[in-house]
Amino acid sequence: MRAVQFVNTLLLKEFVSTFFLAMRYFFAPKPTINYPFEKGHVSPRFRGEHALRRYPNGEERCIACKLCEAICPAQAITIEAGPRQNDGTRRTVRYDIDMVKCIYCGFCQEACPVDAIVEGPNFEFATETREELYFSKEKLLANGDRWEREIAANISADSPYR
Amino acid sequence: MTLPLFFFYMFSAIAIASAVMVISARNPVHAVLFLILVFVNAAGLFMLAGAEFLALILVVVYVGAVAVLFLFVVMMLDVDFASLRQGFLQYAPIGVVVGLVLLLELLLVAGSVMVAPETAGAAVLPIDGGIENTRALGQVLYTRYVFLFQGAGAVLLVAMIGAIVLTLRHKPNVKRQNPNVQVGRKVSETLEVVKVKSGQGL
Amino acid sequence: MDFILSALDYLLGIPILGWGTHVGFIYVALLLLVCLLVFTAFILLADRKIWAAVQIRRGPNVVGPFGLLQSFADLLKFAFKEVVIPAGADKILFIAAPLITATLALSAWAVVPVNEGWVIADLNVGILYILAISSLGVYGVIIGGWASNSKYPFLGSLRSAAQMVSYEVSIGLVIITVLLCVGSLNLSDIVRAQYEMGLAHMIGLPQLSFLNWFWLPLFPMFVVFYVSALAETNRPPFDLAEGESELVAGFMTEYSSTPYMLFMLGEYISILLMCAMTTILFLGGWASPIDLPPFTWIPGVIWFVLKLSLVFFMFAMAKAIVPRYRYDQLMRIGWKVFLPLSLVTVIVLAFILQLTGWGWHGGVA
Repeated sequence: MRAVQFVNTLLLKEFVSTFFLAMRYFFAPKPTINYPFEKGHVSPRFRGEHALRRYPNGEERCIACKLCEAICPAQAITIEAGPRQNDGTRRTVRYDIDMVKCIYCGFCQEACPVDAIVEGPNFEFATETREELYFSKEKLLANGDRWEREIAANISADSPYR
Repeated sequence: MTLPLFFFYMFSAIAIASAVMVISARNPVHAVLFLILVFVNAAGLFMLAGAEFLALILVVVYVGAVAVLFLFVVMMLDVDFASLRQGFLQYAPIGVVVGLVLLLELLLVAGSVMVAPETAGAAVLPIDGGIENTRALGQVLYTRYVFLFQGAGAVLLVAMIGAIVLTLRHKPNVKRQNPNVQVGRKVSETLEVVKVKSGQGL
Repeated sequence: MDFILSALDYLLGIPILGWGTHVGFIYVALLLLVCLLVFTAFILLADRKIWAAVQIRRGPNVVGPFGLLQSFADLLKFAFKEVVIPAGADKILFIAAPLITATLALSAWAVVPVNEGWVIADLNVGILYILAISSLGVYGVIIGGWASNSKYPFLGSLRSAAQMVSYEVSIGLVIITVLLCVGSLNLSDIVRAQYEMGLAHMIGLPQLSFLNWFWLPLFPMFVVFYVSALAETNRPPFDLAEGESELVAGFMTEYSSTPYMLFMLGEYISILLMCAMTTILFLGGWASPIDLPPFTWIPGVIWFVLKLSLVFFMFAMAKAIVPRYRYDQLMRIGWKVFLPLSLVTVIVLAFILQLTGWGWHGGVA
């Protein structure tokens, strides 16, 4: 018994069998996603970079109700409201989100009565300075224009479950 | 000046300079590192003299093993060498005397003052010049001097066993692992599957 | 004047241009150096790729096709970073340590024959030279750890000192078993012996020259040498000197930039040296595995590189599949298993060779 064990140890039996196991994995297809060139599936409910949406006619959706500012647990949203110049309706003068404070809880998009502020599918918005992460209204509206197609598709995909 | 001569002077100069540094360096670790430099240069001198086996064995044994342990100990010890130096002047005369005796002996060797000059040649074994160093050394060691060689080996073995006996302590009540036993364990020897009917227990 | 001329002849001579009497030492050494460094760059990438493949990852694949230029990108990155020297460090020794490691690792290659006659210094005591140089390699690690003046590097260097000194013993004894069979300390002679004698000649099939090589008759020693080489070069599963889970990065903790790169370079070159030693001692050096035309057409140096890469592949696989040893287990396997095993083999083999008269007699009688 001990002799068998001795010979097995001397000839590295376990090492050799592990070697063949490792060789099986060596040639196995790799599950790694080739990230910058390939991306994984993103759920329609994914809460990524914020965006302010517009109506199809180009009208801003946001009515400056400040519900998002009120519910934001991280107090990342700052809104100033005022009448718009051409028709005097209530609109935002300032809509800032401090993306460094934001915890991506999604409460703002739940609170919004007009689906104006949403968290889009984009997760690649790293910047080189902290200042760039302080999103202004223009930046958010630009995001909305850029991602409108994906955001609309996500909202419609998720609507049956709401 | 030829290449070997250049290397001879280079090796000897570095060896002497670093030997001086061994005793003058303030930091003991630096002193040991200079000692290693002396060893390496001595190996270079051996190599120049055609004793390549001795040269490399010097590096393997002294530099590669002995000096590593030296360095090991010196690094681990946190000795305050300033306090050790305090008695320096007190012992200086004795040191000077020992140094002078050594110098005298070296001069005697260098001046080849021999009691019986005719015996010097007889002690040297005739060695075939074409034979390589290692083989020549082996042939002398394992034929003519085999008993002395084995005796030296036995002395070293006794010293090693002595060191182990002096330091090895088996503490009682200490759990020890035996990897052979652990690796040799089988499921059948250690695990028993028992079917227990509910409500009966074992 | 005479000295300068002879030195110039030795170093820079090109006989075809009428300078000197033979091709200068510098060109040969530079050629080997460049080949070795480029090969090391790809071996580093191969190591990462193999490790990744076993873990079903892709490994570096962005720089160049299949990530082939990754090592060169790393080189640039290291070279352009700032050298940070800790405030309490011994500055001279701190910088000297990686230099020692890299220089020693490179200098050992002077005696490695990559083909018949392709060797910079064909020393009669070549194998002793390699043993001496690799035993010096521990100094880079110890000095680096001590000069950092920091706890983790110091612990790492102490560990590696004990480890490398211990495994040198079994490596030395394994080399002695091969030397007993060959009867020469010259590395080229060791390869020649594997051409001219061995099992294939004994069973009357001299074409199957891969049976000639010492890996088969000395198989247990081959295994011991492989494992000891892993330990000697601080490769996983014996990388306790840098064990990142306990010692951050061991003796390299405080190093950054080019000194760190020199440490890595020295480490990988000594790994390659150990692979080359395995190739020469046990796998027949530049000999082709089958002594028949399609195989013998391939030049010896390619066989040498192929065998070296195979051994390195095994080194990388060991890194990928074996968990790290505990320190006491490492010492136990070195002193209580490998040392007695190789000692007994040396004695038994000496008796067998003396009684049967096997062994190579191509050298001096």
